[in-house]
Amino acid sequence: MSTHGKDLRTPLKRAIGLGSAKDGTGHFMLQRITAIALLLAGAWLIGLLLSLNSTDYVFVRATVADPLNATVLVAFLIAACWHAKLGLQVVIEDYVHAPLLAGTAHLANIFACALLAIAGVFAVLRIALGA
Amino acid sequence: MAAPDPNVRTRPLSPHLDVYKWQVQMLTSILHRATGIALVAGMLGLVWGLVALAGGEKSWATFATCATSLLGKLVLLGFSWALAYHLINGVRHLVQDAGHGYAIPDFVRSSWISIIGSVVLLVVVWAIVLLRGGAA
Repeated sequence: MSTHGKDLRTPLKRAIGLGSAKDGTGHFMLQRITAIALLLAGAWLIGLLLSLNSTDYVFVRATVADPLNATVLVAFLIAACWHAKLGLQVVIEDYVHAPLLAGTAHLANIFACALLAIAGVFAVLRIALGA
Repeated sequence: MAAPDPNVRTRPLSPHLDVYKWQVQMLTSILHRATGIALVAGMLGLVWGLVALAGGEKSWATFATCATSLLGKLVLLGFSWALAYHLINGVRHLVQDAGHGYAIPDFVRSSWISIIGSVVLLVVVWAIVLLRGGAA
């Protein structure tokens, strides 16, 4: 490292603060936790979708309004949007390198996934609570 | 960055995609990311359906018409395959995260299980839907 020839600081001192954002393990764990949640909630919902043999408004609404189904749906929506946010974040980190564009993409990802979760949960609540 | 010095010898580059022989593990890896991105679009459809259902009979009818149209059914078919693949390959990744299945023959075998399993799951699910005579 010739550029550091006259730099008296140690290599460790130069490296500190430039490395990881110190939350890599959290990202890894949450991606797996939400994956397992999605596996459980998804299996329930696939069964539920297969039991629906009509798109009749009253029937579908009553199915979603069932407290157990509504609970699993809310869990699924939160886990799915969280999982999607974490996954898309890695895609952006891998392919978008211009700082401004990457920052904008990360922000858009967070906002879009949060809004999607809120809109979905709110819709289920409206149906379940009969508003 | 300074301009490259023409007197410096060309350094070897790290190998990239096109120098590797095709392997099934490449496909499973690429498909996992691609289906993950596709499923985000699928989530938009799911939330659209829920919002339409909450909105009342009229908005639900619009959604149901779109979802059961030919294009809607094609999208549902693609979405259900993406979900089936991401689900099965996701379980494969969880098993690998636990430290299993890293020997090359196991790795190749589990890759094929993901690909073939996703098609089998897709066929089973759609067979149930069609045999029950459901519109969805």
